[in-house]
Amino acid sequence: MELSAIEKKLVNGWQQGFPLSPRPYAQIADELGILESDVIASLASLKQRGILSRVGAVVRPNTAGASSLVAMSVLPEHLENVAQVVSVQPQVNHNYERENSLNLWFVVTASSEIELEQVLSRIEQKTGYDTIKLPLEKAFHINLGFAI
Amino acid sequence: MKTPLNLQIDQRDIRLLGAIEDGLPLCESPYSRVGKQLQMSEEEVIARLSRMQTAGIIRRFGLVLQHRQLGFHANAMVVWDIPDEEVDSVAQKIIAHDFVTLCYCRARHAPVWKFNLYCMIHGRKRAVVEAQINDLKKSAGLDIYPSKTLFSRRRFKQTGARFSIPVKVNGGLYEQAS
Repeated sequence: MELSAIEKKLVNGWQQGFPLSPRPYAQIADELGILESDVIASLASLKQRGILSRVGAVVRPNTAGASSLVAMSVLPEHLENVAQVVSVQPQVNHNYERENSLNLWFVVTASSEIELEQVLSRIEQKTGYDTIKLPLEKAFHINLGFAI
Repeated sequence: MKTPLNLQIDQRDIRLLGAIEDGLPLCESPYSRVGKQLQMSEEEVIARLSRMQTAGIIRRFGLVLQHRQLGFHANAMVVWDIPDEEVDSVAQKIIAHDFVTLCYCRARHAPVWKFNLYCMIHGRKRAVVEAQINDLKKSAGLDIYPSKTLFSRRRFKQTGARFSIPVKVNGGLYEQAS
């Protein structure tokens, strides 16, 4: 998808270090030499086109409870339905099909270890498939945005 | 990551994270608007976000993109089985490569999953990402370890972590934020 010159600057310049000041969009506008209303309109357009997920915080895992990557090995003909059961859980954020016999991969972020286990039991009961929990032990690197 | 971070944030922080989990409002004074929902002043909203960022609880604050919409369709998760005592040194070699977007160690799940070190590479073209993985294995001497590459296929869901579902902090159950 094509980005305008302003959109490119917004995307490359503010994936981190977004202004924590009362008029953040005006501050960005000043730096780019454009109007605050143009910054807001450009971000709204990026969001409407599905390019911008949100302006917000990416929070360290396990900040408010417990989280884990989880994998499942699901027959191809069941995958769509199982993925649906997984996705409707509000505690699930990422949910992807991957090329492996373990073919469904998702992240559960729950308020506690107990709640995390409850989410996994619910998924297992509803789908009849086992879940494999692969909790984080140590993070070495996290990207701070994509260069577009 | 075993140290609980819950002690570093309180109920108001979590309500604030919940209020912005779908994004900061696109209006002139977004922190003030978020604060009104929470009966918090604009100053408190900004101060709490700043503090959580400084503390590393917020890893980054800004535009969160749907990378697939920008043409990043080749998303590889590469996993290795590395002896525990070598994980740190191998990880340092991996993250020296600019194209690696994430790198972390996870618990193994024997016998079905023996891999413990993960990295993610996001690219526009599968062939390019495959070449990067080959480079990585050769240059970091990683080709001696068992590994697998799992490209993503369908994306069923992608959102940020949710904080507006009831969250327990230090044993107490708190209300939904929104």
